[in-house]
Amino acid sequence: MSDQAVSFAYLAAGILFILALKWLSHPLTARRGLLMGEIGMVLAVGSTLMKAEIVDFQWILIALFIGTAIGIPLGQFVPMTAMPQRIAFSHAFGALAAALVGTAEYALRRPEIDRFTMGALGFEVVLGFLTFTGSLIAFGKLQGIVRDKPVLFRGQNVLNLAVLATAVVLVVVLVVDPGLSVVFPVMIGLALLYGVSFVLRIGGADMPVVISLLNSLAGLSGAAMGLVLNNHVLILAGALDGSSGFLLSLIMSRAMNRSFGNVLFGGFGAETTAEGGAGPPRPVRSSSAEEAAMILSAARTVVIVPGFGMAAAQAQHKVRELADLLVRRGTDVKFAIHPVAGRMPGHMNVLLAEANVPYERLYDLEHINPEFPDTDVALVIGANDVVNPAARHDASSPIYGMPILDVDKANCVMVIKRSMRSGFAGIENELFYLDRTMMLFGDAKAMAGEIVDEVAKLPGAVTAVA
Amino acid sequence: MSDAIEVGLTIFVLATFIGFEVIRRVPGLLHTPLMSLTNSISGIALVGSLILAGAARGTLATVLGTIAVAASTINVVGGFLITDRMLRMFRRREPRPAAPSAAAADTKAEPGGAR
Repeated sequence: MSDQAVSFAYLAAGILFILALKWLSHPLTARRGLLMGEIGMVLAVGSTLMKAEIVDFQWILIALFIGTAIGIPLGQFVPMTAMPQRIAFSHAFGALAAALVGTAEYALRRPEIDRFTMGALGFEVVLGFLTFTGSLIAFGKLQGIVRDKPVLFRGQNVLNLAVLATAVVLVVVLVVDPGLSVVFPVMIGLALLYGVSFVLRIGGADMPVVISLLNSLAGLSGAAMGLVLNNHVLILAGALDGSSGFLLSLIMSRAMNRSFGNVLFGGFGAETTAEGGAGPPRPVRSSSAEEAAMILSAARTVVIVPGFGMAAAQAQHKVRELADLLVRRGTDVKFAIHPVAGRMPGHMNVLLAEANVPYERLYDLEHINPEFPDTDVALVIGANDVVNPAARHDASSPIYGMPILDVDKANCVMVIKRSMRSGFAGIENELFYLDRTMMLFGDAKAMAGEIVDEVAKLPGAVTAVA
Repeated sequence: MSDAIEVGLTIFVLATFIGFEVIRRVPGLLHTPLMSLTNSISGIALVGSLILAGAARGTLATVLGTIAVAASTINVVGGFLITDRMLRMFRRREPRPAAPSAAAADTKAEPGGAR
Protein backbone atom coordinates (compact mmCIF):
# COMPACT_ATOMS: atom_id res chain seq x y z
CA MET A 1 0.00 0.00 0.00
CA SER A 2 1.43 3.36 -0.94
CA ASP A 3 1.96 5.99 1.71
CA GLN A 4 -0.69 8.11 0.11
CA ALA A 5 -3.28 5.33 0.30
CA VAL A 6 -2.40 4.82 3.95
CA SER A 7 -2.92 8.55 4.57
CA PHE A 8 -6.38 8.41 3.01
CA ALA A 9 -7.26 5.38 5.11
CA TYR A 10 -6.13 7.33 8.20
CA LEU A 11 -8.27 10.28 7.17
CA ALA A 12 -11.30 8.01 6.80
CA ALA A 13 -10.57 6.48 10.20
CA GLY A 14 -10.40 9.95 11.74
CA ILE A 15 -13.80 10.89 10.29
CA LEU A 16 -15.26 7.64 11.61
CA PHE A 17 -13.90 8.36 15.11
CA ILE A 18 -15.56 11.78 15.12
CA LEU A 19 -18.85 10.26 13.94
CA ALA A 20 -18.53 7.62 16.66
CA LEU A 21 -18.42 10.30 19.35
CA LYS A 22 -21.14 12.35 17.68
CA TRP A 23 -23.57 9.43 17.66
CA LEU A 24 -22.78 8.67 21.25
CA SER A 25 -24.85 11.72 22.16
CA HIS A 26 -28.07 9.70 22.23
CA PRO A 27 -28.74 6.17 23.48
CA LEU A 28 -30.69 5.34 20.31
CA THR A 29 -27.72 6.05 18.03
CA ALA A 30 -24.93 5.11 20.45
CA ARG A 31 -24.40 1.60 19.13
CA ARG A 32 -24.15 2.89 15.59
CA GLY A 33 -21.46 5.23 16.88
CA LEU A 34 -19.62 2.33 18.45
CA LEU A 35 -19.71 0.47 15.12
CA MET A 36 -18.17 3.50 13.40
CA GLY A 37 -15.40 3.52 15.99
CA GLU A 38 -14.74 -0.16 15.37
CA ILE A 39 -14.62 0.24 11.60
CA GLY A 40 -12.31 3.23 12.00
CA MET A 41 -9.96 1.21 14.18
CA VAL A 42 -9.89 -1.76 11.78
CA LEU A 43 -9.16 0.63 8.92
CA ALA A 44 -6.36 2.41 10.78
CA VAL A 45 -4.72 -0.78 12.01
CA GLY A 46 -5.19 -2.67 8.73
CA SER A 47 -3.63 0.06 6.62
CA THR A 48 -0.76 0.45 9.10
CA LEU A 49 0.05 -3.23 8.70
CA MET A 50 0.31 -2.66 4.95
CA LYS A 51 2.83 0.14 5.32
CA ALA A 52 6.13 -0.51 3.58
CA GLU A 53 8.09 0.17 6.80
CA ILE A 54 6.69 -2.90 8.49
CA VAL A 55 8.77 -5.86 7.42
CA ASP A 56 8.80 -8.16 10.42
CA PHE A 57 5.44 -9.65 11.39
CA GLN A 58 6.51 -12.37 13.78
CA TRP A 59 6.43 -10.33 16.99
CA ILE A 60 3.48 -8.28 15.87
CA LEU A 61 1.37 -11.40 15.49
CA ILE A 62 2.47 -12.76 18.84
CA ALA A 63 1.69 -9.45 20.55
CA LEU A 64 -1.67 -9.08 18.81
CA PHE A 65 -2.53 -12.59 19.93
CA ILE A 66 -1.53 -11.93 23.56
CA GLY A 67 -3.37 -8.61 23.62
CA THR A 68 -6.53 -10.16 22.19
CA ALA A 69 -6.32 -13.08 24.60
CA ILE A 70 -6.21 -10.67 27.55
CA GLY A 71 -8.59 -8.13 26.04
CA ILE A 72 -11.49 -10.48 25.36
CA PRO A 73 -11.98 -11.62 28.98
CA LEU A 74 -11.42 -8.04 30.18
CA GLY A 75 -14.16 -6.88 27.84
CA GLN A 76 -16.55 -9.77 28.03
CA PHE A 77 -16.52 -11.11 31.57
CA VAL A 78 -15.73 -8.25 33.94
CA PRO A 79 -19.00 -7.56 35.82
CA MET A 80 -20.59 -4.12 35.48
CA THR A 81 -20.16 -3.58 39.21
CA ALA A 82 -16.38 -3.63 38.67
CA MET A 83 -16.57 -1.02 35.92
CA PRO A 84 -14.77 1.87 37.69
CA GLN A 85 -11.65 -0.20 38.38
CA ARG A 86 -11.88 -1.83 34.95
CA ILE A 87 -11.84 1.58 33.25
CA ALA A 88 -9.02 2.85 35.47
CA PHE A 89 -7.03 -0.28 34.65
CA SER A 90 -7.45 0.14 30.90
CA HIS A 91 -6.05 3.68 30.98
CA ALA A 92 -2.80 2.15 32.18
CA PHE A 93 -2.36 0.11 28.99
CA GLY A 94 -2.77 2.84 26.40
CA ALA A 95 -0.47 5.09 28.39
CA LEU A 96 2.14 2.36 28.75
CA ALA A 97 2.13 1.75 25.00
CA ALA A 98 2.70 5.44 24.28
CA ALA A 99 5.45 5.69 26.88
CA LEU A 100 7.30 2.64 25.56
CA VAL A 101 7.10 3.79 21.96
CA GLY A 102 8.48 7.17 23.03
CA THR A 103 11.31 5.54 24.94
CA ALA A 104 12.30 3.41 21.96
CA GLU A 105 12.10 6.35 19.58
CA TYR A 106 14.44 8.30 21.80
CA ALA A 107 16.90 5.45 22.02
CA LEU A 108 16.91 5.03 18.24
CA ARG A 109 16.95 8.65 17.15
CA ARG A 110 18.87 10.18 20.07
CA PRO A 111 21.66 12.15 18.45
CA GLU A 112 19.75 13.98 15.75
CA ILE A 113 16.32 14.69 17.20
CA ASP A 114 15.10 18.18 16.39
CA ARG A 115 13.88 20.30 19.30
CA PHE A 116 10.19 20.22 18.58
CA THR A 117 10.13 16.44 18.24
CA MET A 118 12.14 16.10 21.42
CA GLY A 119 9.64 18.26 23.30
CA ALA A 120 6.70 16.21 22.05
CA LEU A 121 8.60 13.02 22.85
CA GLY A 122 9.34 14.24 26.37
CA PHE A 123 5.68 14.94 27.01
CA GLU A 124 4.66 11.63 25.49
CA VAL A 125 6.99 9.72 27.80
CA VAL A 126 6.31 11.75 30.98
CA LEU A 127 2.52 11.73 30.50
CA GLY A 128 2.56 8.09 29.47
CA PHE A 129 4.51 6.83 32.47
CA LEU A 130 2.73 8.98 35.05
CA THR A 131 -0.65 7.92 33.66
CA PHE A 132 0.52 4.31 33.78
CA THR A 133 1.35 4.27 37.50
CA GLY A 134 -1.46 6.71 38.36
CA SER A 135 -4.02 4.44 36.71
CA LEU A 136 -2.64 1.40 38.50
CA ILE A 137 -2.99 3.17 41.87
CA ALA A 138 -6.52 4.32 40.95
CA PHE A 139 -7.32 0.73 40.02
CA GLY A 140 -5.87 -0.46 43.34
CA LYS A 141 -7.97 2.03 45.29
CA LEU A 142 -11.20 1.15 43.49
CA GLN A 143 -10.49 -2.56 43.81
CA GLY A 144 -9.75 -2.16 47.51
CA ILE A 145 -6.09 -3.21 47.26
CA VAL A 146 -4.87 0.29 48.13
CA ARG A 147 -6.49 2.30 50.94
CA ASP A 148 -9.43 4.34 49.64
CA LYS A 149 -8.83 7.29 51.98
CA PRO A 150 -6.38 9.91 50.76
CA VAL A 151 -2.83 9.39 51.95
CA LEU A 152 -1.75 12.78 53.26
CA PHE A 153 1.30 14.14 55.01
CA ARG A 154 2.80 17.52 55.67
CA GLY A 155 4.61 19.08 52.75
CA GLN A 156 3.13 16.56 50.36
CA ASN A 157 1.96 19.13 47.84
CA VAL A 158 5.35 20.77 47.74
CA LEU A 159 7.06 17.42 47.35
CA ASN A 160 4.66 16.26 44.62
CA LEU A 161 4.97 19.47 42.69
CA ALA A 162 8.73 19.35 43.03
CA VAL A 163 8.77 15.87 41.51
CA LEU A 164 6.60 16.95 38.60
CA ALA A 165 8.49 20.21 38.10
CA THR A 166 11.82 18.36 38.02
CA ALA A 167 10.47 15.98 35.39
CA VAL A 168 9.35 18.94 33.27
CA VAL A 169 12.73 20.64 33.73
CA LEU A 170 14.42 17.46 32.53
CA VAL A 171 12.23 17.52 29.41
CA VAL A 172 13.43 21.07 28.82
CA VAL A 173 17.04 19.97 29.37
CA LEU A 174 16.57 17.27 26.74
CA VAL A 175 15.05 19.74 24.32
CA VAL A 176 18.13 21.92 24.72
CA ASP A 177 20.52 19.00 24.45
CA PRO A 178 18.88 15.81 23.12
CA GLY A 179 22.20 13.98 23.39
CA LEU A 180 22.18 14.09 27.19
CA SER A 181 20.87 10.56 27.49
CA VAL A 182 21.61 10.07 31.22
CA VAL A 183 18.74 12.43 31.95
CA PHE A 184 16.17 10.25 30.19
CA PRO A 185 15.88 7.39 32.73
CA VAL A 186 15.75 9.91 35.59
CA MET A 187 12.86 11.64 33.85
CA ILE A 188 11.06 8.30 33.50
CA GLY A 189 11.63 7.52 37.18
CA LEU A 190 10.19 10.86 38.27
CA ALA A 191 7.15 10.43 36.03
CA LEU A 192 6.48 6.98 37.48
CA LEU A 193 6.87 8.35 41.01
CA TYR A 194 4.60 11.31 40.37
CA GLY A 195 1.82 9.06 39.06
CA VAL A 196 1.86 7.12 42.33
CA SER A 197 2.07 10.09 44.70
CA PHE A 198 -0.50 12.12 42.78
CA VAL A 199 -3.26 9.50 42.91
CA LEU A 200 -2.43 8.27 46.42
CA ARG A 201 -3.63 11.55 47.85
CA ILE A 202 -7.00 11.42 46.10
CA GLY A 203 -9.93 10.06 48.10
CA GLY A 204 -12.61 7.70 46.81
CA ALA A 205 -15.36 10.25 46.15
CA ASP A 206 -13.01 12.36 44.02
CA MET A 207 -12.31 9.39 41.78
CA PRO A 208 -14.71 10.55 39.01
CA VAL A 209 -12.47 13.58 38.44
CA VAL A 210 -9.26 11.60 38.54
CA ILE A 211 -10.43 8.78 36.28
CA SER A 212 -11.52 11.35 33.70
CA LEU A 213 -8.23 13.17 34.03
CA LEU A 214 -6.22 9.97 33.53
CA ASN A 215 -8.38 9.26 30.48
CA SER A 216 -7.43 12.67 29.15
CA LEU A 217 -3.71 12.26 29.88
CA ALA A 218 -3.58 8.87 28.16
CA GLY A 219 -5.10 10.50 25.07
CA LEU A 220 -2.70 13.45 25.16
CA SER A 221 0.22 11.08 25.45
CA GLY A 222 -1.05 9.32 22.31
CA ALA A 223 -1.41 12.66 20.51
CA ALA A 224 2.17 13.53 21.46
CA MET A 225 3.24 10.20 20.01
CA GLY A 226 1.48 11.19 16.81
CA LEU A 227 3.49 14.42 16.70
CA VAL A 228 6.73 12.48 17.19
CA LEU A 229 5.93 9.92 14.50
CA ASN A 230 4.21 12.49 12.27
CA ASN A 231 1.18 10.20 12.24
CA HIS A 232 -2.04 12.14 11.73
CA VAL A 233 -4.56 9.57 12.86
CA LEU A 234 -2.69 9.24 16.15
CA ILE A 235 -2.78 13.00 16.68
CA LEU A 236 -6.47 13.18 15.89
CA ALA A 237 -7.60 10.23 18.01
CA GLY A 238 -5.34 11.28 20.88
CA ALA A 239 -6.72 14.82 20.78
CA LEU A 240 -10.30 13.51 20.81
CA ASP A 241 -9.57 11.34 23.82
CA GLY A 242 -7.69 14.15 25.52
CA SER A 243 -10.48 16.68 25.09
CA SER A 244 -13.14 14.17 26.10
CA GLY A 245 -11.41 13.24 29.33
CA PHE A 246 -10.63 16.86 30.11
CA LEU A 247 -14.22 17.94 29.54
CA LEU A 248 -15.50 15.11 31.74
CA SER A 249 -13.18 16.05 34.57
CA LEU A 250 -14.32 19.67 34.30
CA ILE A 251 -17.96 18.57 34.45
CA MET A 252 -17.20 16.43 37.48
CA SER A 253 -15.33 19.19 39.30
CA ARG A 254 -18.13 21.62 38.58
CA ALA A 255 -20.67 19.15 39.92
CA MET A 256 -18.77 19.30 43.21
CA ASN A 257 -18.38 23.08 42.99
CA ARG A 258 -14.66 22.65 43.34
CA SER A 259 -11.87 23.84 41.19
CA PHE A 260 -9.67 21.38 39.43
CA GLY A 261 -6.78 22.37 41.66
CA ASN A 262 -8.80 21.84 44.79
CA VAL A 263 -9.58 18.25 43.83
CA LEU A 264 -6.00 17.51 42.84
CA PHE A 265 -4.25 19.26 45.70
CA GLY A 266 -7.00 19.68 48.31
CA GLY A 267 -7.05 16.27 50.00
CA PHE A 268 -10.73 16.75 50.84
CA GLY A 269 -12.06 15.03 53.91
CA ALA A 270 -8.90 14.99 55.96
CA GLU A 271 -9.06 18.60 57.14
CA THR A 272 -12.77 18.74 57.80
CA THR A 273 -13.36 15.63 59.87
CA ALA A 274 -12.85 17.52 63.13
CA GLU A 275 -16.04 19.47 62.49
CA GLY A 276 -18.24 16.38 62.31
CA GLY A 277 -17.56 15.01 65.76
CA ALA A 278 -18.40 18.22 67.59
CA GLY A 279 -21.62 18.67 69.55
CA PRO A 280 -23.89 16.21 71.33
CA PRO A 281 -25.57 13.52 69.25
CA ARG A 282 -28.91 14.74 67.94
CA PRO A 283 -31.98 12.51 67.76
CA VAL A 284 -32.90 10.91 64.46
CA ARG A 285 -36.05 9.02 63.57
CA SER A 286 -35.09 5.44 62.92
CA SER A 287 -37.73 3.38 61.21
CA SER A 288 -38.49 -0.09 59.88
CA ALA A 289 -38.92 -1.62 56.45
CA GLU A 290 -42.56 -2.22 57.31
CA GLU A 291 -43.34 1.44 57.93
CA ALA A 292 -41.35 2.47 54.86
CA ALA A 293 -43.34 0.00 52.73
CA MET A 294 -46.63 1.44 53.99
CA ILE A 295 -45.65 5.01 53.19
CA LEU A 296 -44.19 4.05 49.81
CA SER A 297 -47.26 2.13 48.77
CA ALA A 298 -49.47 5.10 49.61
CA ALA A 299 -47.27 7.55 47.69
CA ARG A 300 -48.22 8.85 44.25
CA THR A 301 -44.75 10.02 43.32
CA VAL A 302 -41.46 8.49 44.46
CA VAL A 303 -37.99 9.67 43.51
CA ILE A 304 -35.15 7.25 44.19
CA VAL A 305 -31.71 8.80 44.75
CA PRO A 306 -28.91 6.23 44.46
CA GLY A 307 -25.36 6.84 45.64
CA PHE A 308 -22.13 4.96 46.09
CA GLY A 309 -23.76 2.97 48.92
CA MET A 310 -26.05 1.30 46.39
CA ALA A 311 -23.05 0.34 44.26
CA ALA A 312 -21.05 -0.90 47.25
CA ALA A 313 -23.92 -3.10 48.44
CA GLN A 314 -24.74 -4.13 44.84
CA ALA A 315 -28.34 -3.27 45.64
CA GLN A 316 -29.31 -2.16 42.12
CA HIS A 317 -31.36 -5.27 41.32
CA LYS A 318 -33.34 -5.10 44.56
CA VAL A 319 -33.89 -1.39 43.98
CA ARG A 320 -35.22 -2.09 40.50
CA GLU A 321 -37.54 -4.75 41.97
CA LEU A 322 -38.86 -2.19 44.39
CA ALA A 323 -39.36 0.36 41.62
CA ASP A 324 -41.17 -2.22 39.45
CA LEU A 325 -43.42 -3.18 42.31
CA LEU A 326 -44.36 0.43 42.97
CA VAL A 327 -44.89 1.15 39.27
CA ARG A 328 -47.25 -1.80 39.06
CA ARG A 329 -49.23 -0.30 41.93
CA GLY A 330 -49.61 2.87 39.92
CA THR A 331 -46.90 4.93 41.57
CA ASP A 332 -44.86 7.34 39.49
CA VAL A 333 -41.24 6.28 40.10
CA LYS A 334 -38.23 8.29 38.94
CA PHE A 335 -34.53 8.01 39.58
CA ALA A 336 -32.48 11.12 40.31
CA ILE A 337 -28.83 10.85 39.30
CA HIS A 338 -26.25 13.26 40.66
CA PRO A 339 -23.32 13.72 38.26
CA VAL A 340 -20.73 12.67 40.83
CA ALA A 341 -22.71 9.88 42.50
CA GLY A 342 -20.42 6.86 42.59
CA ARG A 343 -16.83 6.49 41.56
CA MET A 344 -16.79 7.40 37.87
CA PRO A 345 -18.79 9.57 35.49
CA GLY A 346 -22.12 7.86 34.75
CA HIS A 347 -21.55 5.13 37.37
CA MET A 348 -25.18 5.03 38.60
CA ASN A 349 -26.57 5.02 35.06
CA VAL A 350 -24.59 1.95 34.12
CA LEU A 351 -25.57 0.07 37.27
CA LEU A 352 -29.26 0.85 36.85
CA ALA A 353 -29.12 -0.02 33.15
CA GLU A 354 -27.58 -3.34 34.12
CA ALA A 355 -30.52 -3.90 36.48
CA ASN A 356 -32.89 -3.23 33.53
CA VAL A 357 -34.13 0.15 34.66
CA PRO A 358 -35.15 1.92 31.45
CA TYR A 359 -33.19 5.13 30.92
CA GLU A 360 -36.36 7.14 30.47
CA ARG A 361 -36.82 6.82 34.24
CA LEU A 362 -33.39 8.32 34.97
CA TYR A 363 -33.28 12.08 35.48
CA ASP A 364 -30.31 14.32 35.95
CA LEU A 365 -30.00 17.05 38.51
CA GLU A 366 -31.46 20.01 36.58
CA HIS A 367 -34.50 18.03 35.44
CA ILE A 368 -35.44 16.44 38.72
CA ASN A 369 -34.82 19.25 41.21
CA PRO A 370 -37.94 21.28 40.30
CA GLU A 371 -40.02 18.16 40.96
CA PHE A 372 -38.99 17.50 44.57
CA PRO A 373 -41.59 19.86 46.14
CA ASP A 374 -44.31 17.75 44.47
CA THR A 375 -42.70 14.46 45.41
CA ASP A 376 -44.34 12.35 48.09
CA VAL A 377 -41.30 10.26 48.97
CA ALA A 378 -37.64 10.78 48.20
CA LEU A 379 -35.84 7.50 48.82
CA VAL A 380 -32.10 8.05 49.29
CA ILE A 381 -30.05 4.88 48.93
CA GLY A 382 -26.44 5.15 50.05
CA ALA A 383 -25.99 8.79 49.07
CA ASN A 384 -24.90 11.46 51.52
CA ASP A 385 -22.98 14.55 50.49
CA VAL A 386 -24.93 14.96 47.23
CA VAL A 387 -28.17 15.43 49.21
CA ASN A 388 -26.79 17.59 52.04
CA PRO A 389 -28.84 20.83 52.23
CA ALA A 390 -25.89 22.56 53.90
CA ALA A 391 -24.46 22.94 50.39
CA ARG A 392 -27.27 25.43 49.69
CA HIS A 393 -27.21 27.67 52.75
CA ASP A 394 -24.24 27.02 55.06
CA ALA A 395 -21.40 29.16 53.78
CA SER A 396 -19.02 27.62 56.33
CA SER A 397 -19.59 24.09 55.04
CA PRO A 398 -16.81 22.60 52.92
CA ILE A 399 -19.39 21.55 50.33
CA TYR A 400 -21.11 24.96 50.24
CA GLY A 401 -22.15 25.85 46.70
CA MET A 402 -22.04 22.29 45.39
CA PRO A 403 -25.17 21.56 43.34
CA ILE A 404 -27.23 19.02 45.27
CA LEU A 405 -30.41 17.04 44.77
CA ASP A 406 -33.07 18.89 46.78
CA VAL A 407 -34.53 15.81 48.46
CA ASP A 408 -35.24 17.80 51.62
CA LYS A 409 -38.05 19.54 49.73
CA ALA A 410 -39.98 16.30 49.31
CA ASN A 411 -42.90 15.59 51.63
CA CYS A 412 -41.15 12.60 53.13
CA VAL A 413 -37.52 11.56 52.97
CA MET A 414 -36.28 8.03 53.55
CA VAL A 415 -32.58 7.38 53.88
CA ILE A 416 -31.15 3.89 53.66
CA LYS A 417 -27.74 4.02 55.29
CA ARG A 418 -25.50 1.62 57.14
CA SER A 419 -24.87 3.87 60.14
CA MET A 420 -24.78 7.51 61.17
CA ARG A 421 -21.18 7.79 60.02
CA SER A 422 -20.61 10.93 58.04
CA GLY A 423 -20.08 10.86 54.29
CA PHE A 424 -16.90 11.25 52.36
CA ALA A 425 -16.58 14.95 53.07
CA GLY A 426 -16.70 14.13 56.78
CA ILE A 427 -19.47 16.58 57.55
CA GLU A 428 -22.82 16.27 59.32
CA ASN A 429 -25.87 16.01 57.12
CA GLU A 430 -28.82 17.96 58.58
CA LEU A 431 -31.11 16.07 56.22
CA PHE A 432 -31.00 13.12 58.60
CA TYR A 433 -32.39 15.21 61.49
CA LEU A 434 -35.41 16.69 59.69
CA ASP A 435 -38.85 15.87 61.10
CA ARG A 436 -39.95 14.35 57.82
CA THR A 437 -36.87 12.21 57.43
CA MET A 438 -36.92 8.56 58.44
CA MET A 439 -33.67 6.66 58.67
CA LEU A 440 -33.57 3.02 57.60
CA PHE A 441 -30.37 1.62 59.01
CA GLY A 442 -28.92 -1.38 57.26
CA ASP A 443 -27.17 -2.71 54.21
CA ALA A 444 -28.76 -1.16 51.11
CA LYS A 445 -29.39 -4.50 49.43
CA ALA A 446 -30.87 -6.18 52.52
CA MET A 447 -33.03 -3.16 53.36
CA ALA A 448 -34.32 -2.77 49.81
CA GLY A 449 -35.12 -6.50 49.82
CA GLU A 450 -37.06 -6.17 53.09
CA ILE A 451 -39.06 -3.24 51.75
CA VAL A 452 -39.85 -5.22 48.59
CA ASP A 453 -41.18 -8.10 50.73
CA GLU A 454 -43.24 -5.76 52.86
CA VAL A 455 -44.74 -3.92 49.88
CA ALA A 456 -45.59 -7.24 48.23
CA LYS A 457 -47.50 -8.29 51.36
CA LEU A 458 -49.72 -5.24 51.27
CA PRO A 459 -53.15 -5.61 49.71
CA GLY A 460 -54.12 -3.95 46.47
CA ALA A 461 -50.90 -4.76 44.66
CA VAL A 462 -52.66 -5.72 41.42
CA THR A 463 -55.33 -3.08 41.18
CA ALA A 464 -53.26 -0.63 39.21
CA VAL A 465 -52.52 -3.01 36.33
CA ALA A 466 -56.21 -3.62 35.57
CA MET B 1 10.30 19.26 8.67
CA SER B 2 8.71 22.47 9.84
CA ASP B 3 5.78 21.71 7.54
CA ALA B 4 5.17 18.46 9.38
CA ILE B 5 5.18 20.30 12.71
CA GLU B 6 2.68 22.87 11.50
CA VAL B 7 0.34 20.28 10.04
CA GLY B 8 0.61 18.12 13.16
CA LEU B 9 -0.18 20.98 15.52
CA THR B 10 -3.03 22.18 13.33
CA ILE B 11 -4.63 18.74 13.40
CA PHE B 12 -4.15 18.57 17.17
CA VAL B 13 -5.79 21.92 17.84
CA LEU B 14 -8.70 21.40 15.45
CA ALA B 15 -9.36 17.87 16.71
CA THR B 16 -9.38 19.17 20.28
CA PHE B 17 -12.02 21.74 19.39
CA ILE B 18 -14.11 19.17 17.52
CA GLY B 19 -13.75 16.88 20.52
CA PHE B 20 -15.07 19.55 22.89
CA GLU B 21 -18.02 20.39 20.65
CA VAL B 22 -19.03 16.80 20.00
CA ILE B 23 -18.52 15.54 23.51
CA ARG B 24 -20.39 18.43 25.13
CA ARG B 25 -23.52 16.90 23.64
CA VAL B 26 -23.08 13.52 25.28
CA PRO B 27 -25.59 13.27 28.15
CA GLY B 28 -24.58 12.23 31.67
CA LEU B 29 -26.46 9.01 31.05
CA LEU B 30 -23.75 7.91 28.62
CA HIS B 31 -20.66 9.23 30.38
CA THR B 32 -19.31 5.80 31.27
CA PRO B 33 -19.70 4.41 27.72
CA LEU B 34 -18.13 7.64 26.47
CA MET B 35 -15.12 7.08 28.66
CA SER B 36 -14.73 3.46 27.61
CA LEU B 37 -15.20 4.33 23.92
CA THR B 38 -12.63 7.13 23.97
CA ASN B 39 -10.37 4.77 25.85
CA SER B 40 -10.60 2.16 23.12
CA ILE B 41 -10.13 4.85 20.48
CA SER B 42 -6.97 5.89 22.31
CA GLY B 43 -5.91 2.30 21.73
CA ILE B 44 -4.93 3.87 18.40
CA ALA B 45 -1.53 3.94 20.10
CA LEU B 46 -1.52 0.50 18.50
CA VAL B 47 -0.70 2.18 15.18
CA GLY B 48 2.50 3.67 16.55
CA SER B 49 3.33 0.46 18.38
CA LEU B 50 2.96 -1.63 15.21
CA ILE B 51 5.31 0.64 13.29
CA LEU B 52 7.87 0.29 16.08
CA ALA B 53 7.52 -3.47 16.50
CA GLY B 54 7.59 -4.35 12.81
CA ALA B 55 10.23 -2.06 11.36
CA ALA B 56 13.19 -4.29 12.35
CA ARG B 57 15.13 -1.47 13.95
CA GLY B 58 16.99 -3.58 16.50
CA THR B 59 16.25 -5.64 19.59
CA LEU B 60 15.24 -2.78 21.89
CA ALA B 61 12.70 -1.44 19.40
CA THR B 62 11.24 -4.89 18.80
CA VAL B 63 10.97 -5.71 22.52
CA LEU B 64 9.39 -2.40 23.55
CA GLY B 65 7.25 -2.38 20.41
CA THR B 66 5.95 -5.87 21.11
CA ILE B 67 4.96 -4.97 24.67
CA ALA B 68 3.33 -1.78 23.38
CA VAL B 69 1.37 -3.68 20.71
CA ALA B 70 0.10 -6.15 23.31
CA ALA B 71 -0.86 -3.37 25.75
CA SER B 72 -2.74 -1.29 23.19
CA THR B 73 -4.43 -4.35 21.68
CA ILE B 74 -5.86 -5.08 25.14
CA ASN B 75 -7.36 -1.58 25.11
CA VAL B 76 -8.78 -1.82 21.62
CA VAL B 77 -10.29 -5.29 21.96
CA GLY B 78 -11.39 -5.04 25.58
CA GLY B 79 -12.60 -1.46 25.21
CA PHE B 80 -14.87 -2.05 22.23
CA LEU B 81 -16.28 -5.24 23.72
CA ILE B 82 -17.14 -3.64 27.04
CA THR B 83 -18.62 -0.53 25.45
CA ASP B 84 -20.85 -2.77 23.37
CA ARG B 85 -21.92 -4.73 26.44
CA MET B 86 -22.74 -1.50 28.24
CA LEU B 87 -24.68 0.08 25.41
CA ARG B 88 -26.76 -3.05 24.93
CA MET B 89 -27.98 -2.63 28.51
CA PHE B 90 -29.44 0.82 28.00
CA ARG B 91 -33.14 0.24 27.44
CA ARG B 92 -35.69 2.85 26.74
CA ARG B 93 -38.81 1.25 28.13
CA GLU B 94 -39.85 -1.31 30.68
CA PRO B 95 -39.81 -4.85 29.32
CA ARG B 96 -43.45 -5.90 29.79
CA PRO B 97 -43.77 -9.66 29.47
CA ALA B 98 -47.03 -9.66 31.52
CA ALA B 99 -49.21 -7.86 28.97
CA PRO B 100 -48.46 -9.21 25.47
CA SER B 101 -50.80 -6.79 23.68
CA ALA B 102 -49.20 -3.76 25.24
CA ALA B 103 -45.72 -5.13 24.54
CA ALA B 104 -46.58 -5.65 20.88
CA ALA B 105 -47.85 -2.10 20.60
CA ASP B 106 -44.65 -0.93 22.23
CA THR B 107 -42.32 -2.63 19.79
CA LYS B 108 -44.38 -1.38 16.90
CA ALA B 109 -44.05 2.15 18.14
CA GLU B 110 -40.29 1.81 18.66
CA PRO B 111 -38.83 2.41 15.16
CA GLY B 112 -40.76 5.60 14.56
CA GLY B 113 -40.47 6.61 18.17
CA ALA B 114 -37.10 8.30 17.87
CA ARG B 115 -37.51 11.70 19.40
